[in-house]
Amino acid sequence: MLMNKQADPSTSEPLVELKDAGVYRDKRWLVRGVDLTIRRGEILTLIGPNGAGKSTTAKLVTGVLRSDEGSVRRAGDLRIGYVPQKLTIDWTMPLSVRRLMRLTGKLSDVDLDAALAATGIPHLIDAEVRHLSGGEFQRALLARAIARRPDLLVLDEPVQGVDFAGETALYDLIRQIRHTTGCGILLISHDLHMVMAGTDTVICLNGHVCCRGTPETVSRSEDYQRLFGGAGRGLALYSHDHDHTHLPDGRVLHGDGSITDHCHPADGHHDHDHAHHGHDDHDHHHGHEHSHADQAGETGRHA
Amino acid sequence: MLDDFFVRALLAGVGVALTSGPLGCFVVWRRMAYFGDTMAHSALLGVALSLLLQLNLLVSVFCVAVIVSLLLLLLQRQKALSADALLGILSHSTLAIGLVLVAFMTWVRIDLMAFLFGDILAVTRQDITLIWGGGLVVLAAVVYLWRPLVASTVSEDIAEAEGLKPERARLLFMLLMALVIAIAMKIVGIMLITALLIIPAATARRFAASPEKMAVFASLIGALAVVGGLFGSLHYDTPSGPSIVVAALVFFILSLLPVTRSNRSDGVTNKGVRP
Repeated sequence: MLMNKQADPSTSEPLVELKDAGVYRDKRWLVRGVDLTIRRGEILTLIGPNGAGKSTTAKLVTGVLRSDEGSVRRAGDLRIGYVPQKLTIDWTMPLSVRRLMRLTGKLSDVDLDAALAATGIPHLIDAEVRHLSGGEFQRALLARAIARRPDLLVLDEPVQGVDFAGETALYDLIRQIRHTTGCGILLISHDLHMVMAGTDTVICLNGHVCCRGTPETVSRSEDYQRLFGGAGRGLALYSHDHDHTHLPDGRVLHGDGSITDHCHPADGHHDHDHAHHGHDDHDHHHGHEHSHADQAGETGRHA
Repeated sequence: MLDDFFVRALLAGVGVALTSGPLGCFVVWRRMAYFGDTMAHSALLGVALSLLLQLNLLVSVFCVAVIVSLLLLLLQRQKALSADALLGILSHSTLAIGLVLVAFMTWVRIDLMAFLFGDILAVTRQDITLIWGGGLVVLAAVVYLWRPLVASTVSEDIAEAEGLKPERARLLFMLLMALVIAIAMKIVGIMLITALLIIPAATARRFAASPEKMAVFASLIGALAVVGGLFGSLHYDTPSGPSIVVAALVFFILSLLPVTRSNRSDGVTNKGVRP
């Protein structure tokens, strides 16, 4: 295992490096052309609409999915702690929180208790997992991922179903873990406060990397304000960094003034889901909710 | 003592039950009951091929079960048919091909009923050695694979992300299933092997607070069912394989009866117990 000590994010070796990575399933790219690097002590947040490929990207990072093009490099002996977006357990298996904590590796009682205390559920240590509420279950999953002292935490919507007060506490915890252990964190979150206040880098996905930047630039942008006015459609707020504008006829006006048919003419792939264009030739990408590379759920929702 | 056919039957049956307990738990947890059935049914094809090609019976049954399970994985990837339908096709067609082959081989006389429903009372010393030897191999492998198997049962994604190689564990698990089917065939028969896998595990669920306990209980309950079933079979002069399954079913039904239990781990009752 790599040692988790404070490190300067800018100089340390990357924990994970994706270069032009993509996942191709059922004759389409779930996500494509993803470049990202996560270093120690860094929190990288993925945002984007449903079906943008956030969970797919997380699975590329963890190695659950293999990239169909480009490259994925992980530091040798990288220790990952993973909270997946969805988890269904067959309840014929008797499983206590205590047992869940030791699911993928040995764990001392001290570390186990500490992780449960940190996520606010020390009293549930002997509870059966199937009796937990949704929020309690998320806390248990987060505790499990933290307790193994990973080099890289991959958290796919880790606070779904957690009550409001708990959400803030858990996000504080996630920020704090980064400082105390120096691990890198890949976070998928819809919580804008967290995205704005606790993240080093934001990547906006929509089938490809739409834009990226620091949260500061985001929070100053007009689009961000617009979202909190309720007018934006979620994604709009992150267009701070866009080097292109979508024209009503579907073409794209680039920062340098040129106009093309697509954002990135080279890859021929374009998945933007901005509110202001809804022309037909994009419909096969839009409106689908099923790009999480979650094969089990794929068939049912396709129609 | 081993001269007595009944003692041999007991030893063989208990050996098989102890081995199949933990595997049965995974069959239940992973909803593989029909899958287990399919592998078991393919055993008759293995029997027929062993007779036709003069192969060792055990090796032949094992190989056919492995091939069928691999075939199933392959067909599943094509996604043309549901796993359910594919299992139905493979399960019954391997059974049917086995029966047809046996019928063609007019020069061999085999006791079909013994293969289909088990003939535990004809167990030899050699069989007992095989059952306990093979059983120990299976149990050792299960212990070795325990963490990846349990982890990937809970979440394939977590197991993969955290380096437990669930794919490898699943493949090895199928080999173990094939091995258990090959050695259990003689005891309860092709048609009833899945029952010996599933019913004790389902019975154990009620009393177990952890996956580990459930596996141990399943083994013990299976062993009890074998003992009960064999004595019943002796007493009432009923066929041994089905008697064992009936005994297992009786235990299962008993486990459904409401019992007051003191150690329910509800979390709520345990609030604040730990420092």
